[in-house]
This record gives sequence, C-alpha cells and structure tokens, in this order.
Amino acid sequence: MAFFQQAKAAPKHTVEPALQPWVEKYRPKTIDEVSAQEHAVAVLRKTLFSTNLPHMLFYGPPGTGKTSTILALARQLFGPDNFRNRVLELNASDDRGISIVREKIKNFARQTPRAQAVASDGKTYPCPPYKIIILDEADSMTQDAQGALRRIMETYARITRFCLVCNYVTRIIEPLASRCSKFRFTPLDSSSTSNRLSHIAAQEHVDVSPEVIQALIDTSSGDLRRSITYLQSASRLSASSEPPTPITARDIQEIAGVVPNGVMLDFACALGIEFSGDMDVDSDTDRGRKRDFDGIRKKVKEVIRQGYSASQILLQLHDLVILHPTLPARQKARCALIFSEADKALCDGADEELWVLEIGLQVQKCDSA
Amino acid sequence: MSLWVDKFRPKTLDDLHYHHSLSARLKSLAASGDFPHMLFYGPSGAGKKTRVTCTLRQLFGPGVEKLKIDQRVFLSPSKRKLEINIVQSNFHIEITPSEAGNYDRLVIQELLKEIAQTQQVDLNARQRFKAVVINEADSLSRDAQAALRRTMEKYMSNMRIILCANSTSRLIAPIKSRCLLMRVAAPTTEEMQVVLEHVAKKLKFDMPPEASSQIAEESGGNMRKALLVFEALKMQSPDLSGPLSIAKPDWETYCRKVAQLILKDQSPSQVMEVRSKLYELLSHCIPPTIILKTVADAIVDSVEDNGLRRDIMHWTAFYEQRMRIGNKKIFHLEAWVVKVMSLYKHFYSGFDLADFNEDL
Ligand SMILES: Nc1ncnc2c1ncn2[C@@H]1O[C@H](COP(=O)(O)OP(=O)(O)OP(=O)(O)O)[C@@H](O)[C@H]1O
Ligand SMILES: [Mg+2]
Repeated sequence: MAFFQQAKAAPKHTVEPALQPWVEKYRPKTIDEVSAQEHAVAVLRKTLFSTNLPHMLFYGPPGTGKTSTILALARQLFGPDNFRNRVLELNASDDRGISIVREKIKNFARQTPRAQAVASDGKTYPCPPYKIIILDEADSMTQDAQGALRRIMETYARITRFCLVCNYVTRIIEPLASRCSKFRFTPLDSSSTSNRLSHIAAQEHVDVSPEVIQALIDTSSGDLRRSITYLQSASRLSASSEPPTPITARDIQEIAGVVPNGVMLDFACALGIEFSGDMDVDSDTDRGRKRDFDGIRKKVKEVIRQGYSASQILLQLHDLVILHPTLPARQKARCALIFSEADKALCDGADEELWVLEIGLQVQKCDSA
Repeated sequence: MSLWVDKFRPKTLDDLHYHHSLSARLKSLAASGDFPHMLFYGPSGAGKKTRVTCTLRQLFGPGVEKLKIDQRVFLSPSKRKLEINIVQSNFHIEITPSEAGNYDRLVIQELLKEIAQTQQVDLNARQRFKAVVINEADSLSRDAQAALRRTMEKYMSNMRIILCANSTSRLIAPIKSRCLLMRVAAPTTEEMQVVLEHVAKKLKFDMPPEASSQIAEESGGNMRKALLVFEALKMQSPDLSGPLSIAKPDWETYCRKVAQLILKDQSPSQVMEVRSKLYELLSHCIPPTIILKTVADAIVDSVEDNGLRRDIMHWTAFYEQRMRIGNKKIFHLEAWVVKVMSLYKHFYSGFDLADFNEDL
C-alpha cells in the first residue's frame, strides 16, 4: 500500500510560504498579533512576566483566535526547543475517552519539567516551571472524560496548567469550568477585521477597495478565518483572469454563497412583500396571482434548484423583513416567530425544501392575515 | 457495458457543459498551488461528484484516474471488526461515511491521521498534498465533524479535504469556516438539453429536439436522472419519435396511490391500510423524507383550497423535522397521516378535530 507508506526517509517537503493558505501563513505568532481580543491579550501578556498561570478556559465562535492565542502564548513562554516536551495539544481528532485522559494526560503531567539552557534561536524564553496541556475543541469531550479530568487537574496542579478551548461554554461541566479563569473570545468587530484584512492584502500585494472589505465583513459575521479564506480565493480568481481584474464586492458575495439581491427580492415578492415604491391598489390582481400557494411552491422549487443553502435564504429574508421600511410591526413580529422555528428545524437537519416552503407559506399568511 | 451516465461522464474541467464560470474558478484555484479545503454543495444530480473528479484531475493529472479499491479493517472500541472499502489513487482517497455507520468518527480519525502523517513519496507528483474526498458529508455525525476540525488546520501541508454535500445546514459552523464553499446549482432545462444532445451526437444519433426537451423537463434539474431516462427510452424506441411516455419509477406511482387512499376516506381503519403501504415503501429502502414529500406533493396537487394546502405542508415540515430527530420513522409518518386526514375531514365536513384526537 504505497499510499500509506511512512515517508520517513524521503526528503522532507517544506511548503513554500508563497503557497501556504493565508489562514495558516498569517496565524498570529505572538499574542500581540492577535486582533481584537484585548481583554484576553492584556491578561495573558502579564503571565509572560510572572511565573504563574491559572488554568484557563477559552470560549467563543469559530475563527476568532482561540487556538491561535494559546499556541502563540505557549510558544512565547517556552520557545521552539521546549515546545514539544512542555506542551501537549489534544483536540477532537484525538481519542479522548476516559482511558486516554487517565493515561496520556497523566503520563505527560507527571514528568517534572527540567530546566533549560538558552534556546537554539539565541533568544531567552521565560520557560516557567510547568507544562501546558491544551484541550482544544473540549466541547466534544464526553461528560465522563471531563469528570475524570477534575482529579487530574488537582493532583498535578503544581506542575501543569490546563487550557480548555471550546465554542460552547455550556458544554463544559461546571466543576471543570469553575476551576479555570474564563476568557470570552468575541466575534471580530468590523474595524479589527478591516485592519487585519488590509494588513494581509498589503503583505500579499493585493488591491482591495473599501467596498470589498465591507463585503468581507458583511459575509463573514466576525469569523476572521472565513474572511481571510474568501479574500485569498477572490484574489486568486482576479489574478488568473486575463487581463487581471480588480476584486469586486460581488465576487466576494458569490464566493460566500450569498443569494444575489435580485433573487431575494423576487422571492420576497412572491410572498407578498413588496419593495418598490408603488404599492398602489391597482396592481392588486397581479400580486394576488403571484402570492398564492402554487406561485410560492414554484418559486421555492426554483431557488432550491439553484442550490442556495436554506439557512442563507433564511438569513437574508430575515434581514429583508425586519428592516423593511413599511411593513407593520405586528407582521414583522409574527415573521420573527416563523424564522425562529425554521432556524431550529434547519439546525436539526430538517429537509431544506420543505422548510423554505414552510417559511414562504407562513410569511405570506402573516401578510394576508 | 457501462451506463451512459458513466460512459459519457466528462473527465476534465474543460469538458464540463454548464456552469462555465465555476469551472474557470476551479481551474484557477487548482493552478495556484494553495488550493484550500473545499465544500461542494447543491441538489442531487447537479453534477457535484463529476466536478470534483474533474478538479482532482486538474490538480494531479491523469494519474488520479487509476483507482484501486482496498478493504481496510478498523477496530471499534468494543473490539468489533469493521471492514470498509476505500477507493483510492496515488493522489487521493475517497470515503463515504455512511458505510461506517455509527463508527464514522473512528474511521475518519484513523484514516486522516494516517494520511496526514505520511508525505507524498512520489517526488514528481504535481502537488505536495493528498486529497481526501468525503462523499455525503452532510451525513457525518457531529462527532466525526468535530474530529475533522483541528486536523484540517494542523495537517494542511500534507492534505486537503474535499467535502460533497446536498446542503450545508447539517454541517457545523467550524467546518464551514475552514472550507471554501462551492455551490453547484442544478442545470437549467436548456443546459440539460445541451448535454443530452452532446451524448446523442457521440452515439451518432439524431435526437429529435422535442424528445430532448421533454426528457430535460421531466428530470427536474437532475442530470443523472435525465441520462438514465434517455438511455431507457432509447432501448424502448430506438429513434425516439412520436410522443414519449416517460415511466415514473414504481415507488413514485406507489406514493401517489398512498395519497389517493388518504384522500378517499379518513377513518382509523384507513390509517391502518395506509400504514401497511408505508411499511412496504420503507422496506424497499425508499428514504422516509422522500416518501413524505412525494405523498404530500400528490395530496396538495389534488386539493383546491389554498389554506388547506398550506396547513398540510406545514404539518409535513413539522413531522419531517421530528422524524429526523426521532428514532422510529414509521411513528412520524403515521402521525402525519392521521394529522392530514383530520385536517381534510375537518375542512370538508366540519368534523370535530378534538373528538378525532381523543378517539385514537
Ligand atoms: N483575533 C485574531 N487575530 C488574528 N488572526 C486571527 C484572529 N482570529 C482568527 N484569526 C485567523 O483565523 C485563523 C483561525 O483562527 P483560530 O484557529 O485561532 O480560530 P479558533 O478560534 O480556534 O476557531 P475554532 O473555534 O473554529 O477552532 C488563524 O489562522 C488566523 O489567521
Ligand atoms: Mg480552534
């Protein structure tokens, strides 16, 4: 099985930085490079100068810098040489059943860290006398495994620090959470996102207009990893077209899977939500025809065939309805109830076509009620 | 003899007949050397898999077409042996998680680690990474998805993941955040006609335009279906002249019968009758969601009142969701039948709903 051969002897491929995905290339190397998370960074910066570090719990939505921050901190504390024997990273792809927590973590935690000489890169690192165990994506650990962790944390408290990283803090059992200082990572605000993206664009010699940055901010909702990926793909596309064309906001929306505005307005119109200024009575017959069951069913089939994701349609319809200039508040309120039901159903993995139809029919019902 | 769907499957991005801008985008990404993880999504039969295969070929050259099938054995925590077939070339590997059932996390975890820790041995290979194609990614369990997250970041230099899914809703946000999303829309009727005519030309057959438009029309954006229908029709009448009768699949006709039964009579005994039919469909491995949608569609086609139709679809969406979370599919199908019957009866004869529910 040539495919699975361990290629130990083979010359090592090193990835040229130019070919690295930007998310990895621009992963913060020090905690000061981490954008936006001022609170966490300020507290952690202090730990670089003291010999003490609490157990920590990082939580927040995807792509906000949790993994990057703890890796950067560990690197700054121990330097390249000691990183391997002082830091243990376990994530959801590792087996973290109770037995593993007992053995792997226990073994690692038990060895007393040795003091070290000057690092190979000539710098000196604080190298405090403890080890760090990073449990990334801890929300996917079973309750039992988390329970087993309590004892280990206490037994080895003198020489180890734990850092739990997760998206949902509620999935971490209380006795564990209460042993940690908690750091909340917030979705990146628009000015931090904008700064970081502009910085990357400048480094990569890519021209980005303010509209493009705005589109990136709008489509990534505070997830910096997502906006960096979009930016890189857009720049690839624009660079490869003949002659090279500048990136447009529309390119970004297309990459992000945003439903074009025209399609959304058309859909909303089929549900009886009008946007043109002329909402007079004389177009009543026309509108009446478009809004009935068959009209809506046909429209739904159309958008589903286009492959747009139902949650994206829901998101955009929500914005159209809630920000609508003239729709009565009562109707908006009724729509809010429908949107919440639909979001829940889609998260449960319910059928997209049925639910887009359900949204359509119920929104139209609010309108006619 | 392979089916036409396979025989005439395009091999390169340039051969693809529709969504040219998407093909161009994939080509430029493949050429750039910093190919991201990708998630292809879109309705079934839209050509996602074909597009992925073409992209792989663009990335690695014709070598990816040399496939071998390996049987691998995984050991579950309870020491049960799982045998799984894995399709692979020297450059990529393909997994369909549903084959691993409840142990998809284990399989994903072991396979990916293995690949991630090995390096491309062939120094002439065009890319340094190997590609892992995960089919039906929306059926991956949450655990398996979680297992992908950090692996996707950590081993990016040795590995790229390509996910294929019908919808993105069932994928967790951290996975979507790590991929470039590629929407593959269903082809339009005209685009499908072009493909059908192209295949006809390869067969040296003069396709009547009415025939191609009718087949395309009937297939509702599903290219696979259109080609299968085309091949079947061609067997029946070699010149495809005159009006075509495109036979519905048996299960669809059967679903329509179920709809008729529900509309004919609404009584507890009729529920039992319908129930046995639903069992029959399930035992033929028709997915419960498809059954529900097809029967519901047939019902609203025969009902006139728009308010009643809306209510029927509302409860269809409601019970489909419960079926997803619940365990026994038949329970929810049955409950839906009862609900629809009571709605219908109530509407046409003012039958009291509360009583009906109590009776049961
Ligand atoms: N605050 C930030 N400052 C700078 N870069 C960031 C920040 N947040 C995210 N990034 C960028 O996004 C990438 C992913 O970030 P990271 O891995 O830290 O996310 P995470 O919070 O661990 O997400 P997840 O919950 O999905 O694991 C990084 O490589 C970096 O390029
Ligand atoms: Mg992370």
